[in-house]
Amino acid sequence: MKKNLLILLSITFSLVASAQSKYFTRNGRVFFTASSPLEKIEAINDKSTSVIDLSNGQIEFGVLLKAFLFERSLMQEHFNENYVESDKFPKATFKGTIADVASIDRTKDGTYPVKVTGKMTLHGVTKDVETTATFTVKNGALSATTDFKIEAADYNIEIPGLVKDKVAKTISINVQSIYEPLKTS
Amino acid sequence: MFNQFMSHSRLHKITGQENSGKKNIHVWLCLVLMFVFGRTGKSQDLLDLLENEAPKKEFVKNAFKSTRVINGHSMEMLGAGVLDFRIMHRFGRLNGGAYNLYGLDQATIRFGFDYGISKRLTAGIGRSSSKKELDGFLKYRLIWQSTGEKSIPFSVLLVSGMTMNMLKQPDVSEKPYYYSNRLGYYYQAIIGRKFSEKFSLQLTPTFVHRNYVQMNNDPNDVYAVGLGSRIKLSKRIALTEDFYYVINKSASENFQNCLSLGIDIETGGHVFQIQFTNALGMNERAFITETDGNWGKGDIQLGFNISRVFTIVDNRKSKQ
Repeated sequence: MKKNLLILLSITFSLVASAQSKYFTRNGRVFFTASSPLEKIEAINDKSTSVIDLSNGQIEFGVLLKAFLFERSLMQEHFNENYVESDKFPKATFKGTIADVASIDRTKDGTYPVKVTGKMTLHGVTKDVETTATFTVKNGALSATTDFKIEAADYNIEIPGLVKDKVAKTISINVQSIYEPLKTS
Repeated sequence: MFNQFMSHSRLHKITGQENSGKKNIHVWLCLVLMFVFGRTGKSQDLLDLLENEAPKKEFVKNAFKSTRVINGHSMEMLGAGVLDFRIMHRFGRLNGGAYNLYGLDQATIRFGFDYGISKRLTAGIGRSSSKKELDGFLKYRLIWQSTGEKSIPFSVLLVSGMTMNMLKQPDVSEKPYYYSNRLGYYYQAIIGRKFSEKFSLQLTPTFVHRNYVQMNNDPNDVYAVGLGSRIKLSKRIALTEDFYYVINKSASENFQNCLSLGIDIETGGHVFQIQFTNALGMNERAFITETDGNWGKGDIQLGFNISRVFTIVDNRKSKQ
C-alpha cells in the first residue's frame, strides 16, 4: 500500500514538473520591415503561436502569414498574393533549440541572453537561422524577444525589377512573446 | 504508437500473473511508461500541443487585379480608407488608317476618384470628356466569397450609378428642354466567383435608364448582361475580357454589344490596363447604350486605364 502511494505521488510530481517546463503563447508579436528610403514596408502579426520546453530547450513558432497587418491594404494583398503566396504556403514556422537553456532561472527575476539555432520554413523553403534571444523573468512571468535578419532571395521570394529600389532585399524581423505555462493534461 | 502497443502487451502478460500485490505496482508502472513514452512521442512537435483552431472563415481576395474588369465594375473592391485615382483613356479607331495614325490622333478620357468607405462599400465619381459627362456610383458587397467555416462559393455586389450630361446644349432637337433630360441611371448586380488562383468569372445583369432618347422608338430602359473574366498569366500579368450583351437593342441607334479584351499589369501601387475595345464610352450608360463600333469592321480603339491607389486611413486602424 505504501509503495503504491509512493508511486502515485511520484507520478503526480513528475506530471507537475513536466507541465511547468512547457510554456506557450497564442499572441506572439512578429514584426518585420523591408523598408527602403522610397517606401515604408512593414507589418505586424499579433497572433503567432509559440511553444517552448525549458526541460530540453526546444522552441517552436507558427506564424500565419495572412495575419500580418500592413498600413496599406493593397500592400497587404500584394504581400500575400505575390510575395509569400500565402494561399500555397499559409504558415511560416521555426523549430529550434535554445542553447544553454539551463541558464534560464524561472525562479529569479532577470534577463537571460541565450543563443537560439534552428530551421525556419517560409514560402516552402527551409533554412537554418541563428540568433540571440533574450528571455526575461519578471514576477514569475516568462517572456522572450529576438531580432534577426533574413534574405528574401533565400526563401525564393522574388522582388520584381520594377520595385527593386522600393523593397529591401534583407528583411529585419523582431519577435516578442509573453509566455504562459502550458497545461498539457 | 509502438510504445503504447508494447505497454499494452506487457499489461496483458503481467495481469495474467496471480500475485495481486505485485500486479498493482506493475500496472502502475506500465501506466507511467505509457504516459512518458506517449508524451515524448508527441513532444517532437511542440506546436501540436496547442490544439489547432478550426479553420476560420477567410474571404477570397484578388479575384481581379482592379475594381474594373476593363470598362465595367469587377467583383473586386477597394480596401477601407483607400482612394483610387483612375485615368481611363481611349484612342480613336484603328480603321481610321494611317491618316489618323490608326486612331492615335484622337483621344477621349475619363478621370475618376473612387474611395473605399468600408471594406464593403465604395463610392466613386468621374468625368468623361465625351459629352462632358459626370458620373457617380455606389458599390456594395452583399455577399463575399469565402473559404473555411460557413463558406460561400461566390460574391454578389450591387452597383447603383447616375450619369449627367454636362454639354452646354445637350441636344438641339429636344423640345421642350428639361434639365432632367441630362440624367441617366444604371443598376447592376455582379455575381462572381474566383474559381482558382488563375481564373475568375463574373456575370453582371444590368439595367440602364435614360431620361431622354432621340426617337420615339428608342427604349428608355435598356437591359444588358455582362460577362467578365480574368486569366492570370503570372503573378503580375493577367488577361481580361469584358463583354456586355444588350438585350433590347434600338434599331435607330445602331447598338452594338460592347466587347473589350485587355491585359492587366500590376506594379506596386499601380495597375495598368491596356485594351482593345469597340466602346468609346467609359461609364455604364455610355458603353452599354452608345457603343456603335463593330469589331468585324475594325471599329476598335486602343486604350489604357491607369489606377493609382493612395492610403488615406491606416488599414490597421480602419479594421472593423
